[in-house]
Amino acid sequence: MQNVYLAIVLAPLIGAIIAGLFGVSRRVAHTVTIAGVGIAFLLSLFAFKEVVFGGHTFNQTIYTWLVSSGIRFEIGFMVDSLTVMMMVVVTFVSWMVHIYTIGYMHDDPGYQRFFSYISLFTFAMLMLVMSNNFLQLFFGWEAVGLVSYLLIGFWFTKDTAVYANLKAFLVNRVGDFGFLLGIAMVLMYTNSLNYSEVFSHVEHIKDMTVQILPNTEWSLMTVMCILLFIGAMGKSAQVPLHVWLPDSMEGPTPISALIHAATMVTAGIFMVARMSPLFELSETALSFVLVIGAITALFMGFLGIVQNDIKRVVAYSTLSQLGYMTVALGASAYTAGIFHLMTHAFFKALLFLGAGSVIIAMHHEQDIRKMGGLRKYLPITYWTGLIGSLALIGFPGFAGFFSKDAIIEAVHHAHELGRAGSGFAYYAVLSGVFITALYSFRMFFLVFHGKERMDEHTKHHLHEPPAVVTFPLIMLAIPSLLIGAFAIEPMLFGDFFKNVIFIEHAHNAFHAEHWHGIVGMITDSFAHPPVWLALSGVAVAYYLYLINPALPESIKQRFSAVHSILMNKYGFDQFNEWFFAGGARGVGGLLWKFGDVKVIDGVMVNGSAQAVHGVALIMRHVQTGLLYHYAFAMIIGLALLLGVFVIL
Amino acid sequence: MTLAVTDFAVVMPEIFLLTMACLVLVIDVYLPETMRNLTYQLSQGTLIGTALFIVAMYPTKPVLAMNNMFVSDQMGALLKLFICGIVFMAFIYSRGYLRDRNLLKGEFFVLGLLATLGMLVMVSAHTFLTIYLGLELLSLSMYALVALNRDSAQSSEAAMKYFVLGALASGMLLYGISIIYGVTGQMDLAAVANAIKADHEHHTALVFGVVFIVVGLGFKFGAVPFHMWVPDVYQGAPTPVTLLISSAPKLAAFAMLMRLLVDGMQHLHADWQGMIIVLSVLSMAIGNLVAIAQSNIKRMLAYSTISHVGFLMLGILTATKTGYAAAMFYTIVYTLMSLGGFGVILLLSRAGFEADKLDDFKGLNARNSWFAFIMLILMLSMAGMPPLLGFWAKWAVLSELINSGFMWIAITAVMFSVIGAYYYLRIIKLMYFDKPEDTNPLTADNDMQVALSVNGLAILFLGLVPQGLLTVCLTSLG
Repeated sequence: MQNVYLAIVLAPLIGAIIAGLFGVSRRVAHTVTIAGVGIAFLLSLFAFKEVVFGGHTFNQTIYTWLVSSGIRFEIGFMVDSLTVMMMVVVTFVSWMVHIYTIGYMHDDPGYQRFFSYISLFTFAMLMLVMSNNFLQLFFGWEAVGLVSYLLIGFWFTKDTAVYANLKAFLVNRVGDFGFLLGIAMVLMYTNSLNYSEVFSHVEHIKDMTVQILPNTEWSLMTVMCILLFIGAMGKSAQVPLHVWLPDSMEGPTPISALIHAATMVTAGIFMVARMSPLFELSETALSFVLVIGAITALFMGFLGIVQNDIKRVVAYSTLSQLGYMTVALGASAYTAGIFHLMTHAFFKALLFLGAGSVIIAMHHEQDIRKMGGLRKYLPITYWTGLIGSLALIGFPGFAGFFSKDAIIEAVHHAHELGRAGSGFAYYAVLSGVFITALYSFRMFFLVFHGKERMDEHTKHHLHEPPAVVTFPLIMLAIPSLLIGAFAIEPMLFGDFFKNVIFIEHAHNAFHAEHWHGIVGMITDSFAHPPVWLALSGVAVAYYLYLINPALPESIKQRFSAVHSILMNKYGFDQFNEWFFAGGARGVGGLLWKFGDVKVIDGVMVNGSAQAVHGVALIMRHVQTGLLYHYAFAMIIGLALLLGVFVIL
Repeated sequence: MTLAVTDFAVVMPEIFLLTMACLVLVIDVYLPETMRNLTYQLSQGTLIGTALFIVAMYPTKPVLAMNNMFVSDQMGALLKLFICGIVFMAFIYSRGYLRDRNLLKGEFFVLGLLATLGMLVMVSAHTFLTIYLGLELLSLSMYALVALNRDSAQSSEAAMKYFVLGALASGMLLYGISIIYGVTGQMDLAAVANAIKADHEHHTALVFGVVFIVVGLGFKFGAVPFHMWVPDVYQGAPTPVTLLISSAPKLAAFAMLMRLLVDGMQHLHADWQGMIIVLSVLSMAIGNLVAIAQSNIKRMLAYSTISHVGFLMLGILTATKTGYAAAMFYTIVYTLMSLGGFGVILLLSRAGFEADKLDDFKGLNARNSWFAFIMLILMLSMAGMPPLLGFWAKWAVLSELINSGFMWIAITAVMFSVIGAYYYLRIIKLMYFDKPEDTNPLTADNDMQVALSVNGLAILFLGLVPQGLLTVCLTSLG
């Protein structure tokens, strides 16, 4: 199996290298990368069968990079049910995005470069999820970050794109700083980077405390888990490190779908689920996770309502959904978080690609106020978009319904257990359901229904994009519709994650005896608020944007203060610009003008050089050229040696 | 006194060298001016022959001969080989220069060979007397060589200074030897060592003697404060003679130091260690600082020599076998670099032009990029840049210092090396970034060009595989 796993990882990498470095034609570039990712996907399916149905999990070191002071730095794979699920999702979505890209990037001069990048991304993401140790995890973590940076700035002649990729890079640095500290702590206290060794050692350290500030004892597990989670906050865009994700929409739409919705941003969720044996030991850290997730889920949802850029609406929706997943982690429902991660990957990729399809048809117009009535022009996009939106709002029977309901259920359970912050989180995710439905269908109605607000020229050219664009939409619509119903029983109530994700028995919200089948769950849901909240969200959107389109404008006038807060995204960006960017520039300027120019250059470098030169000029005068001076110097030397070593 | 045939076998290289030097002297007298090259060829043949004898007699263990006056051991044999090789190279470098100035006479070669003989005797000496004998033979030859260009006032002045100060130092050395002899009653170094070991009453007198001996050694090495002759002699002597003084005699001085302080007075190492520390640190400080202020490259290299001497003494003061090996390695490396450095000056010189100013190196790269590159290697190696040989020499000494616990001295040494890097890098800057002032093409004999290239490249390639030479040094110490 080792060779199979190696092939899964290396096939996309080889594709990326061929497409990127060998100056190949467009046709060759997309053929090799699609073939590479396709191989990875098919082999992942095979691995899925082996692991899930054959029970052959794999945990082995492939290569030892170096051994230093007994610490082994290795490359290895740990393939269990969590990993294979991620592998299948990543390679499948990536494959679809590759195909879609043929159509979307058709006229772009950077065609080969783009394929090279997204294949490279697939490699990095697979390295991340398949890792069996923290070092490789960190490698994958940084590598996906790098590709994300490259792709956000793909159109590097656009100032906004360069600004956005720099911003993503810097904000992720903050998260990575915490992550690295967390890994360092793991290494320090367990003396290993290997997952299995760390998890088996964790029993010995769970009651230890650390002193970071004088006279304060903190639980080691809490500090360690919060540091690791800060890494996840950066990568998975949780408040306050979320600011880069909306700007990342400057990148081409296919990567918004692949990287900034379906896969990379969920790396943080995956990581926390992987580390469940650590997180389960710290109630405090879980509460922290829970509250951060709840804030993200609710407040980022609000922002989706006021956005007019089609991609940004979906981006804020992604933020909000990532919040949901984080809430699930904080409620000890790692399985539900991963479940939602999977369903979300399909329907969010679908929505993004659908948005991309609309953008192509509209000749790169992204403002939803200039669309409308596209239903009759883009039937496939319309129907797949509808499936995606219904999945997103959690309409009964669709994929998102099962995962989102499970999360709400889990938070409810945590609330009953009395976990700190779970009360707030419960109401946040509940109101989030209404908000989600509102912004999703606001966009849906504004784009596909109502008056046709585009200009005549655009309208004249409106038609469904080619098959390479619509085929992935259809392929993604299928799991968006069905995957929840298929997967909920094994993933949440069954043995799928047995021995992979650890949940203390008391924390577990899902017990097999509570499972009454899919139909039972759907009928049962009508007795609970989430479904009604979702439906009312759709109804409100229908009323506001189709029946009475003048009303939103007057609401906006009425609550202009609220609206401007939302438009300014709560001021995070302004604060960062002023405090962090401005502060860093100020400190940098100070250090440069005073520290570098005056102290280092002035005193230390030039000062010492001048001192040496001065001494040299004086010393050379000792060499008078007079013989008796020389002889005298020798006698003095002799006398000194005699004085010091004989007399003293 | 009886001498066996084996005694003569052990001393064969020296006997051969002496015989040949006399022969060259006589032959040269009868040679017409047009056949002067024969003297040169005979001299080179002599050096090759001597080296072959040394190889043939290469000892596996120390052998004493001539009533314990003479010792043949691996350290000695190795140093002798390097001495012969370096004098050989020096003769190659010198020929063109001497010819251009009408100095290509038998005296240079005969005196050079006799100086070589003096060095070999010093290296193999096993009593105070033989050491002194070899030292005087070397010194007297050198005094005469410095004054080779007797019409030059500068050369004569330098020779005079060298002679007077040398006599003073020689007297001090002799005085120290006589005190040690007075206390121990022995001339044989092994016997001296045993007597010192057994003696517990005359420590002060012994240390008194050691001070004088260290002063004598310090003068020979050119260590501060006994260094004053070095810049003046380096500058005043004809460049080929400077080349000779700055290179091979340092190997002989190293051997003398080993014989006197280690073979003879190992038990007093606690006392001479301190003296060596003083000389080393002062040499590194003065050498590196004053070199910065020089505009004459021969003077600059003189101060550079002083600083290198300080550095190599650091290896000795550890008083461990590995430390001595590091110092020996450093000395050999230094002589190779010094040989190359003066070689380049000789290369740039021509009739009526000395090339001894720093400014003469301006834009060398534009004039001749290959020899600018050779000079680049030499300067970087002297500055101690990895991966060149000079770096490994410094590294060997420093690691021994640190192993022996002299951390602060090691730090001081590194700091002065950093300061020293300045004046080496300045040459590189002049060669590569300045406009040439002199546009005459380089006219050097082919043999010299080849030898100098080999010299420079050896420093590069030996630097890539430094372990070999270092191991040889270590094993030669037994």
